[in-house]
Amino acid sequence: MSSTVERPPAPQEGIAEAPSGGRSRRTRLGRRGRERLLAATTPVLLLVLWEVAVALGAVDGRFFPAPTAIFARGYELAVSGELLTNIWVSLRRLFLGFWLGLIPGLLLGVSMGLFRPIRAALNPLVSGTYPIPKSALLPLILLIFGFGESSKIVMVAIGVFYPVVLNTTAGVLQIQPIYYDVAANCNASRTQVFRTVALPGAMPSIMTGVELGAGLGLILIAIAEMVGAESGLGFMIWNAWQLFSVETMYVGLLVIAVIGYAMSVLLAEISRRIIPWRSER
Amino acid sequence: MAKRAVSATDGTPTAAEPPAAPAKITVRGLSKSFPGKNGTVVAVDDLALTIPAGEFFTVVGPSGCGKTTLLRILAGLESATSGEIVVQDSPTDRPSNAMIFQGDSIFPWMSVWDNAAYGLRMRGVDGAHIREVVGHYLDKTGLSKFSEAYPHQLSGGMKQRVSIARAFANDPDVLLMDEPFSALDEQNKTLLQGELLRIWDETKKTVVYITHSVDEAVTLSDRIMVMTAHPGRAKALIDVPFERPRDVIELRSRPEYAAIVYDIWQQLRDEVNRSQGLQLDSEGPGGQAPNPAATRPVV
Repeated sequence: MSSTVERPPAPQEGIAEAPSGGRSRRTRLGRRGRERLLAATTPVLLLVLWEVAVALGAVDGRFFPAPTAIFARGYELAVSGELLTNIWVSLRRLFLGFWLGLIPGLLLGVSMGLFRPIRAALNPLVSGTYPIPKSALLPLILLIFGFGESSKIVMVAIGVFYPVVLNTTAGVLQIQPIYYDVAANCNASRTQVFRTVALPGAMPSIMTGVELGAGLGLILIAIAEMVGAESGLGFMIWNAWQLFSVETMYVGLLVIAVIGYAMSVLLAEISRRIIPWRSER
Repeated sequence: MAKRAVSATDGTPTAAEPPAAPAKITVRGLSKSFPGKNGTVVAVDDLALTIPAGEFFTVVGPSGCGKTTLLRILAGLESATSGEIVVQDSPTDRPSNAMIFQGDSIFPWMSVWDNAAYGLRMRGVDGAHIREVVGHYLDKTGLSKFSEAYPHQLSGGMKQRVSIARAFANDPDVLLMDEPFSALDEQNKTLLQGELLRIWDETKKTVVYITHSVDEAVTLSDRIMVMTAHPGRAKALIDVPFERPRDVIELRSRPEYAAIVYDIWQQLRDEVNRSQGLQLDSEGPGGQAPNPAATRPVV
């Protein structure tokens, strides 16, 4: 014998709780909506404050030009085609360098993860050279590869390579032995083990390595273009310094930031497609 | 009422056993040792077994007694140091064994369907046959609606069901199970035991099962071997003559069930104490050694 209990009607989704002590108001936003609003309005608010500060002379407009001036200059550069050319050049170098660093990184990472002798042999080299600041390698790269496209692409490749190889190795190593046991019990061949266990099992770590590598690659292309280039966003920023066109510098920084953000969004989306099993974090 | 038989541990039939069915698995003089920190560690010591075809055979023993090692050797995942294993009538077109592992063993990066189909896919079985077999076993394990789900969306019990489906779908000659339900709560465990028996009843393949739980062993098996604490040796063989199909819950209401559990515990108690490094002797709470004749329930 059981008795039923009357339950009060469930509160509707998205309706904010009334603030205590105040007039009870139903806002349509709820917590998520309010956070999004905060995230969107804070930068805008800062820009407005910045604009006002420059207009009032509280902030030196030579070092921190008003946002309106920055956007105006941005518009000029876009219309003249200069901005797009530089963006295209940088992106192309980034793209090529990315693959040049990714593929060896993946292959080496998986080999080191799966085979103890390879790991023992190469780990000291990889871990030993990793702490070298990649930007410090720039003069050496310029010496070897000259001032052409290849030196920039190699810089990006080096930046991408290290996070990828280290994270891939770690990713393969963290696969629990029981999964290899299952594969062995099902008589999977070496290639099948690689394809069905090692690679997918390491994929979350690999994607982390890719995300880190892409970020590092972007940093390095900006630096590389400052020293040994005649085109690209890094060049644009450096050149603006030499011409003391501060607004142009800011335009360059802003565009690099947008590219970085777009990359992370793209990689996160790819990650979601490739790794549907990663539980929501 | 069938007689309970506790027989000699070298596998030879005693008078109490019915005439043996053709032996499917014969193990002779099996030993496994490996180098440890302080010299050689003997995991399994001179084990002998004879398992007839179609028997559900369970090994019970304390933690660390070597039963998992024994199973892994049977599976071919590890090699024995000495001794031999003979499997009669091993098929050439099907896998010789499939193992159901303890704990999480289904690939987190594959859906339920892909996991269940894994063994068949590795063998290159054609798509239509895979669809038929995997569909059948997902149905039997109640997972049909979850075939596209990923393991992280499943409960522990459901994950083990996938494991069961995978092993059975692969159509092995022998099934090896390494305490598949030990990580589950009591309720799920009992229900899954019933489900396992229902699925096994279809094909009645030879099973070698490992568990800590004496209840589980008696519920599921035809015959039980008690293993000693490390180094693992065979201590006793006990028959479980209940008819099939079994109702796992009804079984526990029978006095014969309790009697068999008691018998096993008589063998097991010392071993468990030894494995914990305790020096207790088998005294009852009254401070006297129990008199077996007096305390065994009347059958």
